[in-house]
Amino acid sequence: MVATTNKTRRVVIEPVTRVEGHGKVTILLDEDNKVQQARLHIVEFRGFERFIQGRPFWEMPVAVQRLCGICPVSHHLCAAKAVDWLVGGEQLTPTAEKIRRLMHYGQMFQSHSLHFFHLCSPDLLFGFDADPSIRNILSVAAKFPELGKQGILMRKYGQEIIQATAGKKIHGTGAIPGGVNKNLSLAERDALLKDLDQMIEWSRGAVKIAKDYTVEHLEMAKTFGSFDSNHLSIIRADGAMDLYHGGLRAIDKDGNNIFDHVDNQNYLDYLAEEVRDWSYMKFPFIKSIGPEDGWYRVGPLARLNTCDFIDTPEAEAARQEFMAVTDNKPNNLTLAYHWARMIEVLHSIEKIDQLLHDSDLQGTDLVVRGERRQEGIGILEAPRGTLFHHYRIDENDQVTMCNLIVSTTSNNEPMNRAVQRVAEEYISEQMEITEGMLNRVEVAIRAYDPCLSCATHAMGKMPLEITLVDAEGKVLDKRSKSA
Amino acid sequence: MSQTITLKIDGVEIKAQPGQKVIEAADAAGVYIPRLCHKPGLEPFGSCRLCTVLANGRPCSACTTPVVEGMVVENETESLQNFRKQIIEMLFVEGNHFCMFCEKSGNCELQAVAYRFGITAPTFPYQWPHREVDASHPDILIDHNRCILCGRCVRTSRDLDGKHVFDFVGRGCEKKIGVNADSRLADTNADISDQALDACPVGALLRKQTAYQTPIGQRLYDLEPIGSEIESTGNTN
Ligand code: FES
Repeated sequence: MVATTNKTRRVVIEPVTRVEGHGKVTILLDEDNKVQQARLHIVEFRGFERFIQGRPFWEMPVAVQRLCGICPVSHHLCAAKAVDWLVGGEQLTPTAEKIRRLMHYGQMFQSHSLHFFHLCSPDLLFGFDADPSIRNILSVAAKFPELGKQGILMRKYGQEIIQATAGKKIHGTGAIPGGVNKNLSLAERDALLKDLDQMIEWSRGAVKIAKDYTVEHLEMAKTFGSFDSNHLSIIRADGAMDLYHGGLRAIDKDGNNIFDHVDNQNYLDYLAEEVRDWSYMKFPFIKSIGPEDGWYRVGPLARLNTCDFIDTPEAEAARQEFMAVTDNKPNNLTLAYHWARMIEVLHSIEKIDQLLHDSDLQGTDLVVRGERRQEGIGILEAPRGTLFHHYRIDENDQVTMCNLIVSTTSNNEPMNRAVQRVAEEYISEQMEITEGMLNRVEVAIRAYDPCLSCATHAMGKMPLEITLVDAEGKVLDKRSKSA
Repeated sequence: MSQTITLKIDGVEIKAQPGQKVIEAADAAGVYIPRLCHKPGLEPFGSCRLCTVLANGRPCSACTTPVVEGMVVENETESLQNFRKQIIEMLFVEGNHFCMFCEKSGNCELQAVAYRFGITAPTFPYQWPHREVDASHPDILIDHNRCILCGRCVRTSRDLDGKHVFDFVGRGCEKKIGVNADSRLADTNADISDQALDACPVGALLRKQTAYQTPIGQRLYDLEPIGSEIESTGNTN
């Protein structure tokens, strides 16, 4: 809704919805009402890194996952990987590594399913201009009951894997320093095997929906919030996609390596973080390129771009189709995130299939310990992208330093770019700001599946709001909603 | 020659031995009286008041009150349960108890009594006191944030370990567990094999690097509420 006066435009809008966590968007207009800049802000404090100072290090995997109600398993495992180094237990036993991987793929599967079916399917199925009262998950459930059901059951399946490996659906304790505290019993395995075939079939279907959508809307996707960028992820030694462990690889927009197979413990030689006065989020960048151009994307799109291949057959076939769309060059289209995300769903369920048929999961050798260290770094690919946990401890085992780079922080600059691109294209010089246009801003942000609560390491909830500011810096209007 | 004493708890007649405290007689009879500072084998202390019952109409702590012939004890009355609930809530707000990542979670008696009483969140305001962690000892950690001043470590170290590593220092809200050294646990003769380490009902006194080893689902109070071990084994006649 818009009311126009002589000098200013009064915009009344609903805030960004269907984003995990909370944030706000400011769109700055110039004198000709053209978009000058668009910024995605975070309005919370970074409390967590300080909060855990002085705590014993073994609490980290359980404590730090409380950062986030959305991807706690990623924080749990990433902190565990860092803490493994502190106890010299980074070479896990086969059982421990496979249990952790199973937990991780379960998390990837449920998080991606939630995002696709619950958060973004309304946009894809009903169109960006659809009435917000229709463009929601309830309408999806009513109009496409089969899809609504799949989303719920796929999420549930991933959560059951998490429960079987971590003890609870959220905030479990499965990963401990140097290993895990349980294996997978035969009864637990058999319960998970029961629905496996159904999950594989639905995952194939999800890839198809995302692919068809992207291919059908390719022309729009080419400009919609899209821009060239660097991409970053971890990668297996042979170049395969590996969501749990590997060296860091960064490529440029054309696919050239910027660095490759970087030892996780040396990440600070290659990456740095910049603080900007208008945001609580940090802006990480590739050191060799510098803060101006060294930003990069992470997450499903980046991972599809960085890997040489995927080591599960169906996801690899899907990857080849995906890459063919951009002539095997990196795909820089923001909307292609959805397709990439569903390829990872397929990859995850193929991995789950392999793991459930691996008798190592019933092994009893669960923990290793070695030489104690005072510093540990863990890196893994969380659903939203590369996640870094870095701890230093004193001789009493108490944490003295903690640095976390969460996926949404890495995607901070890309999201700002995406919002700006969309705002330029759809909001500049328009006489009227429509719901559909504003939703496009949301759609662009949503493609990155940002988790703003953990990006700011927020301890609580925050409202989300969109503000329109004129050339003199005057706030034309502001509208907010609590979560 | 011991003579049997007969008393009633909530109307049910039970037998007891002379010299027994009410809580001991109740335990033997399969009647659970909530408690935190009481631990079998330790001298009665009577500090937490969670075991408060009405004995012949008068409130007293069941862990320190001896049985007498014909005693009439009220235990599970609504007003006593409400009183106990308030004590539990006060213990939560007086310290910094983050059950969600505490390594004692699932094995913690304070958490377990809270669950048994159906407390999900305290109704009193949190105090958020500033409390220290003493991690100086290579094998043992004291987290004062979680201490409820039950004195079980004090009594165990003194009476069972014969060491006197711990004692109370300070008064009122400044009261805390001190160690028998200038400032740090590392300077005492505390040892990882001390029985005192097993005496702590909460996550205040811990063996280092043993956290979270028991999977969720297999911890002490995951399946049955605290007290059910007494209710299921006791002989209720
Ligand atoms: S158990 Fe009796 S006063 Fe604590």
